[in-house]
Amino acid sequence: MTDTVSQTSTPQKRKLLDTLELDTRLLGMIGAFILVCIAFNVLTDGRFLTPRNIFNLTIQTVSVAIMATGMVFIIVTRHIDLSVGSLLATCSAIMAMTQTVVLPDWLGLGLGHWAIAPGAIIVGLIAGCLIGGFQGWLVGYLGIPAFIVTLGGLLVWRNVAWYLTNGQTIGPLDDSFVIFGGIGGTLGETWSWIFGIVALAFALFSQWQGRRSKITHDFPVKPLWAEALLAAIYAVAILGFIWLLNSYDIPENRLERMFEARGAVMPEGYTEGYGLPISVLLLIGIAIVMTLVARRTRLGRYIFATGGNPDAAELSGINTRLLTVKVFAIMGALCAVAGLVASARLSFHSNDIGTLDELRVIAAAVIGGTALSGGIGTIYGAILGALIMQSLQSGMAMVGVDAPFQNIVVGSVLVLAVLIDIIYRKRTGAK
Amino acid sequence: MATEVRRDGTPLVEMRDISVAFGGVKAVDHVSVDLYPGEVVGLLGHNGAGKSTLIKCLSGAYQADGGEIYVNGEKATINNPRDARRYNIETIYQTLALADNLDAASNLFLGRELTTPMGFVNDAAMEAETRKIMGRLNPNFKNFTTPVASLSGGQRQSVAIARAVYFNAKILIMDEPTAALGPQETKMVAELIDELKRQGLGIFLIDHDIHQVKALCDRASVMKNGQLVGTVHVDEVTEDDLLGMIILGKQPEKAA
Ligand SMILES: Nc1ncnc2c1ncn2[C@@H]1O[C@H](COP(=O)(O)OP(=O)(O)O)[C@@H](O)[C@H]1O
Ligand SMILES: [Mg+2]
Repeated sequence: MTDTVSQTSTPQKRKLLDTLELDTRLLGMIGAFILVCIAFNVLTDGRFLTPRNIFNLTIQTVSVAIMATGMVFIIVTRHIDLSVGSLLATCSAIMAMTQTVVLPDWLGLGLGHWAIAPGAIIVGLIAGCLIGGFQGWLVGYLGIPAFIVTLGGLLVWRNVAWYLTNGQTIGPLDDSFVIFGGIGGTLGETWSWIFGIVALAFALFSQWQGRRSKITHDFPVKPLWAEALLAAIYAVAILGFIWLLNSYDIPENRLERMFEARGAVMPEGYTEGYGLPISVLLLIGIAIVMTLVARRTRLGRYIFATGGNPDAAELSGINTRLLTVKVFAIMGALCAVAGLVASARLSFHSNDIGTLDELRVIAAAVIGGTALSGGIGTIYGAILGALIMQSLQSGMAMVGVDAPFQNIVVGSVLVLAVLIDIIYRKRTGAK
Repeated sequence: MATEVRRDGTPLVEMRDISVAFGGVKAVDHVSVDLYPGEVVGLLGHNGAGKSTLIKCLSGAYQADGGEIYVNGEKATINNPRDARRYNIETIYQTLALADNLDAASNLFLGRELTTPMGFVNDAAMEAETRKIMGRLNPNFKNFTTPVASLSGGQRQSVAIARAVYFNAKILIMDEPTAALGPQETKMVAELIDELKRQGLGIFLIDHDIHQVKALCDRASVMKNGQLVGTVHVDEVTEDDLLGMIILGKQPEKAA
């Protein structure tokens, strides 16, 4: 196996990657992403890689990326969920109605009450979790294939959302709800730097802890220079990202209004960057939690074991039916979070929210290396997949590619990505 | 066999009058077998005789349609693999029950992971334990971090065996454990069976190799078409007697 690999790349390069213990597939995806970015940057005369566009790209990716992390678990357990876009719409409709009608009118809290946003979010999360869990029960306990259950769900939940709102646009949404949308809620420059530094410290700490744990068990560790190089990569990536988001300045008239709202006058020549959007913070939090679940919890271990060999999992005493319910419930909850981000970004609930998201979400997970045969997939891969898809879509829009061609390209890329994946797995001898 | 098995106490396992049907097929038809501590009982029979189905009732993979199971003289309810594990019944399946995408340690501890005080799985500790037990069972085993898909049949079988041994099985079920193995690895499994027997485990061994059954087992129960032909002490019969039971379904002249 090692022989065939060393034939395909120079031995020296391979040695470096091995020492760093970097995932070659991850590097491939990052490479593809960078290529896409550079290509569009050239085609748009440098408009693609501006802080402004990167900021927008980031906040446009969040909702699909959040759902893609859940789709990884679904596909890893050899299921599929076609209902995520519709479920997002139902959760969004429920949250919109809760904050505009149920809480202010029926419960008499009145508009603008502090409890409205948290109340709506909690109701939405519970709804998503229950609906997802119900679909999981149909799959796990009643044995209906996930494809059918969620194909039905695609139609059902889209129209439940319609029924709940009478097909109308619901808004404006609560002010504290809208901060989860992206541009309407950012940390500002100072807090973004603080977050970046804390995140970096955390990354370095876990790197150090991983090394220490290996040493206590007498397992081989990377040489120190490799650790240092990795640490440098983390630092550049995290702080560079923060720097980019901080470089996108809030427009002057908007800043003036912010100062006015505080009853102050804006000093002459004052500028302030947007910084890290709260929606991105949410995505980072979800990515960390989902990665921890995947790698460090029994639930995650059982998800991957079941995907690798369902019979073995069952014979090892894992309750695979209940596991299916849990996996779909997680997916449902994430649809609710994505619904929160998507409707907050628009600042209203629209009847067509989340339409076709199931395709984007599945594509993100698959482009990110989740194997449809089950058992294999990573959270970071799915997020990167979502980012690549979104870059393609917005890049083509900026270049002025006609809408039908955009979709043709995105569809083809999905198929091509899977083909490359199959070839890659064959080459490396992995499953 | 050199060591005498004492059969005057209560048997470790008694499967009484077990029946399993799949649709119209009577896969197991009123079969009774038993097993004493420190004993290896071979299960013989053609493909489709019902051996795997019978022992799957004991390991919790199937539920019997009729009959009872007693463990240490007490009636046991085994509805799923978790129940079986509670009775210290461990199984090494014919089709290796490993998750190919996970490494050896994750497979060994599947369903019974070691966790940190915070409740996370403790991969380092599990790998260390795996290295320890593998050092004992199969010192040649070196691939601790790769998914088991990339391992040889013998290495995969060692993982399956290590799993049974690590958790202090009292009753071990081995369904054709050497079917996928080379001569070297087969020898390793045979030695292991002797070792476990000395430790007082009871072992049900399904094996096609009559030679091996004569060498390793104390008794052999032969099945044909879902029915029990008979149970014999292997020292009191010849290989031809056993073959006669398997092929013709007839008891040897001087039945045990
Ligand atoms: N899950 C199943 N569904 C239907 N029939 C089965 C199943 N498992 C086994 N059988 C049938 O039961 C009979 C006994 O099979 P098995 O116990 O595997 O035999 P052996 O292990 O002795 O080769 C065969 O006729 C087989 O086809
Ligand atoms: Mg069999």
